[in-house]
Amino acid sequence: MSQLLIRDLHVSVETEQGTKQILRGVDLAIGAGETHAIMGPNGSGKSTLAYAIAGHPKYKVDSGSILLDGVEVLSMTVDERARAGLFLAMQYPVEIPGVSVTNFLRTAKTAIDGEAPAIRGWIKDVRTSMANLKMDPAFAERNVNEGFSGGEKKRNEILQLELLKPRFAVLDETDSGLDVDALKIVSEGVNRAKENTDLGVLLITHYNRILKYIQPDFVHVFVAGRIVEQGGPELAVRLENEGYDRFLTADASVG
Amino acid sequence: MSAVTTAKTDASQEASAATEIAEGSSTRYTPIQSRSERFTSADVTDFGPALSYDLEWKLTPIARIADLLDAALTGAPAGVTLPTQDGVSAVWVDRDDARIGSAGLPEERASANAWSHFEKALAIDVSSEIATEFVVTRTGLGLTPRAAHTVITAKPFSRGLVILENSGDANLSENVEIVVGDQAHLTVVTVQEWSPESNHLASHFARVGRDATLRHIVVSLGGGVVRVNPSIHLVETGAATEAYGLYFANSGQHLEQRVYIDHVAAQTRSRVKYKGALEGASARSVWVGDVRIGPDAVGTDSYEENRNLVLSEGPRADSIPNLEIETGDIMGAGHASSTGRFDDEQLFYLQSRGISEAEARRLVVRGFLTEIVHQIGSDGTEARLQAAIEAELTDSATNKQEK
Repeated sequence: MSQLLIRDLHVSVETEQGTKQILRGVDLAIGAGETHAIMGPNGSGKSTLAYAIAGHPKYKVDSGSILLDGVEVLSMTVDERARAGLFLAMQYPVEIPGVSVTNFLRTAKTAIDGEAPAIRGWIKDVRTSMANLKMDPAFAERNVNEGFSGGEKKRNEILQLELLKPRFAVLDETDSGLDVDALKIVSEGVNRAKENTDLGVLLITHYNRILKYIQPDFVHVFVAGRIVEQGGPELAVRLENEGYDRFLTADASVG
Repeated sequence: MSAVTTAKTDASQEASAATEIAEGSSTRYTPIQSRSERFTSADVTDFGPALSYDLEWKLTPIARIADLLDAALTGAPAGVTLPTQDGVSAVWVDRDDARIGSAGLPEERASANAWSHFEKALAIDVSSEIATEFVVTRTGLGLTPRAAHTVITAKPFSRGLVILENSGDANLSENVEIVVGDQAHLTVVTVQEWSPESNHLASHFARVGRDATLRHIVVSLGGGVVRVNPSIHLVETGAATEAYGLYFANSGQHLEQRVYIDHVAAQTRSRVKYKGALEGASARSVWVGDVRIGPDAVGTDSYEENRNLVLSEGPRADSIPNLEIETGDIMGAGHASSTGRFDDEQLFYLQSRGISEAEARRLVVRGFLTEIVHQIGSDGTEARLQAAIEAELTDSATNKQEK
């Protein structure tokens, strides 16, 4: 069974005020088909964890390791990580002017699989996934994320998740800025991917809301760059009611 | 007083001003206040030598084009292939043909040098009212310094696409006149795919008539020094222009374009969009965009834009938009300019989907430039240019790996 194993991960970023440590020893094991929710207050380092897994050059890994089925991910380039089976659904997907969604999806699929997808099956897959996510077919000819609303960008992320079929997906606040209809559509997309490909999910969120639609197996509370408490789905409910106050000390926030 | 936002000088005045300063004269030098007041003449002897501090030439490597500025140019027609096409006539005419001089006159020395030395002009008349494509190819000119002159006339109500395709060796200074008759719709595309040893200086002068549209597209990919300067005069009510440009400068290349849009009449509209990519230590581009909205050009709607994408260490891109407005009663006038390197967040996004860095760069640059290619409106030419850009990108990827 596939496993994504994060061990004692320390990550910092360079800021104008100097080096700032953000992750202070994260340990996490995610198995295939499992859904782990990471919940925490703003500034606790949740997104940093997501970007560190994906390999964003802004984040410097000081120590620790990320193993995908025993293979060190940290020594891979960003694209190698994706080809190894990791996927990051971004909180703020960037616009790529002049590159159509169709062209982008086909290029990514070809890169991930190492060969171009068979044209007929691929077009059908794209159409089906877009229909499932209630995306207008006209989106296929638009430039990636250009002029997309917040909800459309998130659907486009989940569209990629469904088509690229990674082994593990990190969803970085995919629920932020979504109305309830869009939240349901996006969640159904994630659940389909889980059913179809035994996807392991690391779901980063501030709120319990999305967990009503994507059932987590484990909930981790993330404060000041590390996991401070773990539990089952019931922990999310408790956080929703009580907030994060009991975890926060005066110096806990890393901003 | 009119609202003039930019001050301009013409070559001869600036030269004389410099002399005065050198001599310690106390005479106060006032630059001309409007682009429309620049000195014009078809006679090269009316212009002083091009100097490295002239506004007109200070961004151009004049030592590389000394022949084109100063030599007695060869003026016989050369290297041109003309198709036959219903609705379009193309003939060589003498210097005294009435069409010559109908769209404008030189504002600088190289243009005047070409005008002084051409022997025959190519006169292309578009009369078809059904959209017609006419491709003029020019190749094998050799490196002898040459002059050329072309007059493209779109008859009232006509519709046409004239493509000037240039390749091979050339050392050429030329003038291209474009007259767009009332309600005509003309697209002129000039494509420079010259050899690296070639130099090419071109001045395009256009007059656009009542409710007529000129679409003007400059594509410069190959050549050593290539300088294409379109001046488009919207002289009748309702005249409109869209001026596009695309360039890809590699090391050793200097690609320059000075665009002038002159809103003379009321209810005129212009859009200018030039996009360029630069790669290699000595890659160089210049874009100057002058827009003048004259005192009678009420209701003008104008916007100009230049975008440069710098793909490596070392290139230099100059981008200079100028806006001169002499009436307050307009729809809009704006400009935008940016010169930037690759967007790291775009690269990260594409790479996070498994796409290699080299392929991600190609995707983004291709996307950046093809917007202009798609403006041409000829499937054949668009496909060919797409392939040419693809070749530039492949070369650039190869160069990267070699480093």
